[in-house]
Amino acid sequence: MKDRDIILKVDGVSKQYRLGLVGTGTISDDLKRWWYRVRGKEDPFLKIGERNDRASRGKSDYVWALRDISFEVEQGEVLGIIGKNGAGKSTLLKILSKVTSPTIGEIKTKGRIASLLEVGTGFHSEMTGRENIFLNGAILGMTKKEIVSKINAIIEFSGCERYIDTPVKRYSSGMTVRLAFAVAAFLEPEILVVDEVLAVGDDEFQKKAIGKMQDIAKGEGRTVLFVSHNMAAVQDLCSRAILLSNGEIELTGNVDEVVNHYLSSSSTSEGKVEFSYDKSHESAKINSITFFNEENKVSSQLVSGKKIKILVDFNVKRQLRNPVFSLRISDLQNVNIVTWRSNDFVESPLKKNISTNFSITLEIDSFYLLNGIYDVSMGFADGKEVLDMQLKKAQIEMLSSKPNNSYHILTKEKSSNSLVFTPAKWSYND
Amino acid sequence: MNSIETQDKWLYTISPKKKLFNLNFKEIWRYRDLLILFVKRDIITLYKQTVLGPIWYVIQPLFTTLTFTLIFNNLANIPTGEGVPAFLFNLAGLSCWNYFSTCLTGTSNTFKANQGIFGKVYFPRVITPMSIVISNLLKFGIRLLVFIGFYLYFSFFRSEGMQAAPTWTLILFPFLICMMAFLGLGIGMIISSFTTKYRDFTYLVGFGVQLLMYGSAVMYPLSYFKEKVPEFSWIIEYNPVTTFIELFRYMTLGIGTFSWYYFLYSVCFSLLSFLIGLIVFNRTEKSFIDTV
Repeated sequence: MKDRDIILKVDGVSKQYRLGLVGTGTISDDLKRWWYRVRGKEDPFLKIGERNDRASRGKSDYVWALRDISFEVEQGEVLGIIGKNGAGKSTLLKILSKVTSPTIGEIKTKGRIASLLEVGTGFHSEMTGRENIFLNGAILGMTKKEIVSKINAIIEFSGCERYIDTPVKRYSSGMTVRLAFAVAAFLEPEILVVDEVLAVGDDEFQKKAIGKMQDIAKGEGRTVLFVSHNMAAVQDLCSRAILLSNGEIELTGNVDEVVNHYLSSSSTSEGKVEFSYDKSHESAKINSITFFNEENKVSSQLVSGKKIKILVDFNVKRQLRNPVFSLRISDLQNVNIVTWRSNDFVESPLKKNISTNFSITLEIDSFYLLNGIYDVSMGFADGKEVLDMQLKKAQIEMLSSKPNNSYHILTKEKSSNSLVFTPAKWSYND
Repeated sequence: MNSIETQDKWLYTISPKKKLFNLNFKEIWRYRDLLILFVKRDIITLYKQTVLGPIWYVIQPLFTTLTFTLIFNNLANIPTGEGVPAFLFNLAGLSCWNYFSTCLTGTSNTFKANQGIFGKVYFPRVITPMSIVISNLLKFGIRLLVFIGFYLYFSFFRSEGMQAAPTWTLILFPFLICMMAFLGLGIGMIISSFTTKYRDFTYLVGFGVQLLMYGSAVMYPLSYFKEKVPEFSWIIEYNPVTTFIELFRYMTLGIGTFSWYYFLYSVCFSLLSFLIGLIVFNRTEKSFIDTV
């Protein structure tokens, strides 16, 4: 056959769901389906499904959560699966881990698949940590012998040694998750399916968990399918990625290429972002954020190295004695790049009493952020009382700068995925 | 790492094809530790954080039996047979009935009660109803010990007029246990499969089991019913649970009737419902998570 060692082959997998409630309508459909089958005909409902688009209203009750998904995974490969909410990632993983079966198509595998869909499955709150390790391990497919040989490592990894003989109901939620992840981390299937388990626990444990994932993925040469919204983690762990969109494969390929495609297609940025509130909201809030490019035109597309201006409009019905404003830019992998806080500046015009609607402007003369999509967060407080926060509700797109007499065209890709560029001068001394 | 070398050899295939009967015994065997752990979980968690602990396993049947004796024998004057204490009669019937009904209600709830686990990890789903039956078997064992204890008490200390004695049919006892489990498991699995989509069956089980107890000769001997209400006795007679409870009392206390005809009928009934249950369960387990 081929030189490559294919361990998992997904061939034309589709999954159809019926929307709405289960009721008398389902009985009549069930009967119809049965009647077609009795006569040896094809299921009539397979023809009528619609594309899975969450936002738009469809005509049919049947949708395809997955449509004609085919891909292959090599032995030892770490494959990332990304996509928006409702793109079909979880459905695909559920089919892979045999929780549900596909409507059509088939999956062939050469190894056992174990899934880490959600940690802590089957934990019983009345049982002790140790008992739960055994139960959970067995549910995940380990034999008693395997668990016995690993139990000390599991307990140590979880860091719950002291509580191990106490019922799990006495654990803090973080401890439960630690214990659960520890059990799952010591699974040894040929193919491991991981879904967003990294978003648990405190900082220390997250590092541990990511480290363990890297060990599994890189060191031990295990085949891993990794689903996450954390693009940094995907780029870090995976070599190849699949982008799902509305139940179909939009793009397969090198992880950087797919992630970038996903990030740029998911932005819906406009030059002015207005925030909506319900009526009960506090009497001080952020109304809108407007971005101006170097030509002083409203736009969310800004050029690196040029002047930008950000105007924030507030709606205030109370007295502010010591207003503090903070604007932050972060990348889509949630790395904070820069935060401007008004009280860090000597010349802040904002240290005064305000009691009406007003707006503030933040001007940056040359903003050297390399091309890509970035999130903008805005918050304001009165003294220490936080009045309103709009976290990552606005986005800007940085365009690469035009070359000038001091540098060539600059892009993120050219500067090996750095985020920031600042003017500098190279010189030669002898 | 990967021991499978050959290119064309796939370990298994996930596909929508539904075979009528697809029970993978090798797989169930691989998950035997899970079965044991489930049983352990059921047993030890039931009375955790109670003072009396496992004594509850004894107290419950005791008080139910006392109540039954008071109501049905002392108040309603239902005869329990010559020389057999009413208390022993009821204890025998109730132990048996409880075993069957807990198997039935326990398994009939499988999919709904475990949708949290089933929706996230795969293991052979049959493990769950099997574990329920096994843990109920253990509980039945405890009740059996209580029964034997009272049996000995009655034969040694209250022996005047005591004529109850085991009969040769006692050798059928292990068989009886299996058949009752099959029946409870079979019907329970059928119901659990339907419950995933149509919740109506939950209500059916709720009062159905209660009604069934009255129709299963638990608190009266079959012969007495036949004598009093002969026109409806066929309902009771063709209820397989009646046969099993009557047989249990016949083999342990030597009262009631035993007929090979009804025995074979009930055995066939149990096996058939078990088989149908397995098939239906197997079909459901593949996609129940979409409809539950």
